[in-house]
Amino acid sequence: MTVSQEQPGWKTGNQTPLLVVDQLVTRFATPDGSVSAVNGVSFHVNKGETIGIVGESGSGKSQVLMSIMGLLPHNGTSTGSVKFDDREILGMSREQLNKIRGTRMAMIFQDPMTALNPYLTVGQQLTEVLTFHQGTNPAMAREQAREVLEQVHIPEPGKRLDMYPHELSGGMRQRVMIAMGMLCRPDLLIADEPTTALDVTIQAEILDLLAEQQAVTGTSIILVTHDLGVVAGLCDRVMVMYGGRIVEQGPVRDIFYDPQHPYTRALLLSMPRLDDDLSGDLPTIAGQPPNLAQMPPGCAFAPRCAFVSEQCRQAVPPLREIAPGRAKACTLDRLVA
Amino acid sequence: MSLSSSSPLLSVRNLKVHFPVKNDLFAEKRVVKAVDGVSFDLYPGETLGIVGESGCGKSTLGRAVLKLIPSSAGTVVWLGRPLEDASKSALRSLRREMQIIFQDPLAALDPRMTVGAIVAEPLDTFEPGMAEQDKRARVVEAMERVGLPSHLINRYPHEFSGGQCQRIGIARALILKPKLLVCDEPVSALDVSIQAQIINLLKRLQTEENLALIFISHNLSVVRRISDRVMVLYLGKIAELAERDEIYRNPRHPYTQALLSAVPIADPDKERAKKRVSLTGDLPSPINPPSGCVFRTRCPIVIEKCQSVVPVLEPVTDSHTVSCHRWREAIQLLME
Repeated sequence: MTVSQEQPGWKTGNQTPLLVVDQLVTRFATPDGSVSAVNGVSFHVNKGETIGIVGESGSGKSQVLMSIMGLLPHNGTSTGSVKFDDREILGMSREQLNKIRGTRMAMIFQDPMTALNPYLTVGQQLTEVLTFHQGTNPAMAREQAREVLEQVHIPEPGKRLDMYPHELSGGMRQRVMIAMGMLCRPDLLIADEPTTALDVTIQAEILDLLAEQQAVTGTSIILVTHDLGVVAGLCDRVMVMYGGRIVEQGPVRDIFYDPQHPYTRALLLSMPRLDDDLSGDLPTIAGQPPNLAQMPPGCAFAPRCAFVSEQCRQAVPPLREIAPGRAKACTLDRLVA
Repeated sequence: MSLSSSSPLLSVRNLKVHFPVKNDLFAEKRVVKAVDGVSFDLYPGETLGIVGESGCGKSTLGRAVLKLIPSSAGTVVWLGRPLEDASKSALRSLRREMQIIFQDPLAALDPRMTVGAIVAEPLDTFEPGMAEQDKRARVVEAMERVGLPSHLINRYPHEFSGGQCQRIGIARALILKPKLLVCDEPVSALDVSIQAQIINLLKRLQTEENLALIFISHNLSVVRRISDRVMVLYLGKIAELAERDEIYRNPRHPYTQALLSAVPIADPDKERAKKRVSLTGDLPSPINPPSGCVFRTRCPIVIEKCQSVVPVLEPVTDSHTVSCHRWREAIQLLME
């Protein structure tokens, strides 16, 4: 099956990479020794593009984001290279990073209640971004904050500025986070499971909002999620991670309609859908997600893979190009649907 | 499945659970109406899915049915016997026939007990005289039934993954061979690949043991997989109740339609072409629910009548009821 990308309404982005990640390795020192959460991840994000990173717990998807943002805990270290707008940002000092974070790169988290400061009003938190990064005067900053709340469809934005996070509903708090992320019109917005904690009707609103804001500002987005439905609706390109590595990447339609890695295919099949056939059992993936502290020597998916061969258990298969813009880390030649 | 021939396992009528809210001195007494007048029957071997968003009362309903929390009004009849009248000891012995599993499987297990001891606990409670040897055989059998190798019997919960912990919870719940299992978001904390394993397991056990399930979840795709009938709850009240295929193909309540249309489909072309019924605003406070129809503050097709007249559950077909003044025209209106 060939999947054409020449569909109307599908943006391809102009081909200038905004972010280039090369051979990123992130390790954590633990009492039981060093644990690798990210094992040599390389990818790029073009301007105006939305990239989805999909994976289960322990796949390393969140740690990729934390490494890019310089937000690893003290026991974590990264090697490799992360270039933002042609500048190396991996290993940058906190002071230098703070000039980029918040203004040119912003992050939104899964749980807005823990990401927002409970002691500060919404207005204080929003205006802080502007006064700190752009030296805006307080009155102007307040007006801009009110405007951005309006843009994310918060009713009575003037009143909300004086409220504390706990006075808002979950959906409203997540909208405040997006507002905060969008406030300085960043070039790159990094969203870690931004709708996982929300109800489905609110999730749909928040996803619409992200797409809408992106259409206005041209921001690039990296969206990390375990929900393949969210990726299907929002992303241009998808990376599937397993055991700290990218196992497959490609344009969104290729990944969904012609998955080439056994894990991608199994993941798509094992997800119950509103339109799936209910006869028979739901296809499953045997076994458990890998334990990062005890990785098998070969392919991390080998113990659960239906197509495993001896070769898979000996060495990690490299990520190789299988078509322009498509790559997979699997020894199999071609996976037929 | 034809269910009407047998008599119900469980009959719930006009069940209400109201929690008092801490009052200011002299202030009017206020309550949260977590469950507010819910009625349904559950037949042996049937799965009733209960869906709704956070705060709709679905977990409270599951617990109230088991009498794990007291109800404020209404009746729960178990095999023809009203549980309201049952003495404490009678209720206790009935409990062996009704069990529950929870969302966070690790939190539901005592970290200081071995898997064997956890799974055996219901036997210790209800069959205290059982010989150690017999008990062990029962535990091994229960573990194997849920796909846990019996050589893990002396391990502790922290040594297991989330999916395996949920299996331990299921083994414990089923060791007494109950007739009803309440599943409160049993797969929500699990990875997609593990979720499918647990769903299949529950379906298999249900068929093998003719077990009735009340399956509570916010995930409509998961509920569709496992349920025979589905109840949609909103602010403590039933919005719609119908057989599975009927509710997913022919939803009548605007809230059901909004919920279904909001579920992201893992298919880029379908997902991007999809028409969505959007709701305005957030869930109102259950302390001060809207007058008339509780859904009216978010309903896209609200009319004046909704403000003043509380809708009752009306039959669409024999097995499909809906609580909306405009259910007859809702689909056309929302598609415009």
